[in-house]
Amino acid sequence: MAETSTTATAPMGALARFLDGDVWHSFKQSPTAMVAAVIALICVVCAVFAPWLAPHNPQDVASLQLMDARLPPAWVDEGQMRYLLGTDDQGRDILSSLMYGARISLLVGLASVLLSMVIGVGLGLLAGFVGGRVDSIIMRICDVMLSFPAILVALLIDGVGRAVFPNAHEALAFTVLILAISLTGWVQYARIVRGSTLVERQKEYVQAARVIGVSPLRIMRRHVLPNVLGPVLVLATIQIATAIITEATLSFLGVGVPPTSPSLGTLIRIGQDFLFSGEWWITIFPGLVLVMIALSVNLLGDWLRDALNPRLR
Amino acid sequence: MLAFVIRRLMQALIVMLTVALIAFMLFQYVGDPVTNLMGQDATAEQRAQLRAELGLDQPFIVQFAHFIGNAVQGEFGISLRQGRKVSALIAERFPATLELAAVAAFIGLALGVPLGVYAALRRGRFMSQVVMTGSLLGVSLPNFLIGILLILVFSVLLKWLPSFGRGDVVQIGAMSFGLLTWDGIRHLLLPAFTLALFPMALVLRLVRSEMLEVLRTDYIKFARARGLPDRSVYFGHALKNTLVPVITIAGLQLGGIIAFAIITETVFQWPGMGLLFIQAVQFADIPVMAAYLCLIALVFVVINLVVDLLYFAVDPRLRIERSGGH
Repeated sequence: MAETSTTATAPMGALARFLDGDVWHSFKQSPTAMVAAVIALICVVCAVFAPWLAPHNPQDVASLQLMDARLPPAWVDEGQMRYLLGTDDQGRDILSSLMYGARISLLVGLASVLLSMVIGVGLGLLAGFVGGRVDSIIMRICDVMLSFPAILVALLIDGVGRAVFPNAHEALAFTVLILAISLTGWVQYARIVRGSTLVERQKEYVQAARVIGVSPLRIMRRHVLPNVLGPVLVLATIQIATAIITEATLSFLGVGVPPTSPSLGTLIRIGQDFLFSGEWWITIFPGLVLVMIALSVNLLGDWLRDALNPRLR
Repeated sequence: MLAFVIRRLMQALIVMLTVALIAFMLFQYVGDPVTNLMGQDATAEQRAQLRAELGLDQPFIVQFAHFIGNAVQGEFGISLRQGRKVSALIAERFPATLELAAVAAFIGLALGVPLGVYAALRRGRFMSQVVMTGSLLGVSLPNFLIGILLILVFSVLLKWLPSFGRGDVVQIGAMSFGLLTWDGIRHLLLPAFTLALFPMALVLRLVRSEMLEVLRTDYIKFARARGLPDRSVYFGHALKNTLVPVITIAGLQLGGIIAFAIITETVFQWPGMGLLFIQAVQFADIPVMAAYLCLIALVFVVINLVVDLLYFAVDPRLRIERSGGH
């Protein structure tokens, strides 16, 4: 039994250790974190399983009926139970559009955070570990990028992308958008990782690894990297909210996701035109979902920062 | 001090040259300007001739120098979409953005600082809790959503204020000002508040935390012990010493205001440079993008420079350290 169970129970053991550990304990102590986690979880589940959970398919043109256009939410007079949050000008169900839209927002947000994390951590490790001219070049680039607001840099990269590929098809448009958001986000990771790397490389275990002839690349990857990941995790959580808002802003400005696959920002942009004819639900509900996602992720990030900080325990 | 100023000026110059280089490469290598001007079906000789006329056959450095020479004179070529000179387009839009940004900055500071002082002095009271919660919303809500909410409340439901355009403007020379007419002011209110909310919340929170720090120090206790009136303790002694970080943040936020004006101008269809830039991005109008990029970079560099110099005016300790130490 002993031989086979070690591999089989490894994930179970990890789970048990996690449930017994500090992070889970502090999670149970914090009502804010729990509420935020529940809200975030609901949003993520709704987004991921949109094709199965959504009551209607907003992308299915055949099922749309103009008779049902601009219906208010169910609790207002004239509202119908079939369309819980009302419909837009094409007769699309708002609730279903929200689920599909959140799916795209989360997808773009997560993808750009992952990409900027990889770029930032890589360059930060390089700058901190190699030092010298490489370090100063990378840090100068960071300084210049930080002196401009992120949204401006993202807009610019997006604009250049549009100019380079004038008639981009959908996949390429997504790539340009994700690149634009992640190329503005990596700076923060690079700075944090560089700072921690400078501290770590002075420590004895790195010196020891060097002495026994471990290659610099392996030291960076196997020894330094795991020890600088804590702050990166916190930053990544908060950056998810930032990336989702940046994506929504770009889509709202009409330079984000392609119009064929609307995200939350696109829905808000479309809905703004109907504000004056009294159809507030077309724009307010996507806005509400956006704020809920951003706020809950931010609160989780705040909690994680405190939970991982040994000085606050 | 002079050495410091010169060093900062050199840094600013390097940043400007880098940005100009990026703008130049955009201009020259993204999309073929010859094809853009002549269309697809020009002959090879015609192309070569235009190429020579535009100076495109010259070495890179010469072209770049030429580009900078033109840029310094405000010459960025012709908008691909509108067929007009970029300099004219920008000159036309500039007053609108300037007006919006200046009013927003004014609102941000004029409300942010006093509210911050209030929240610090009346800590824990109900009203200051309200102020702090409001500022949290101001920091965390996306800018365009705030604009839409303000439109919903003040234009659609209450019908108090108009929600798009500049309204009546007064033409003075080449510049047009909306602040001089009542209609213009009414049009300005919503966008300016939308734009002001984020910097206001930031300044408010900063002033509050700085004030709380300063109020604990000995010299404040001493000022009180000397029997100075509250007003002079709070505003003469305490507030003055919170100003250094406030100036930094306020200065940097001024740049942020100009960048975020892009979003606010889109929400309120405000005919400023931001709207011009967004349309340029949508249609890949490179000359307009390049010009806007250079102009914005210039604004940011100037703001950073002014903020650095303001330190000297506000904090006497810096004057002694820097001039004495080096």
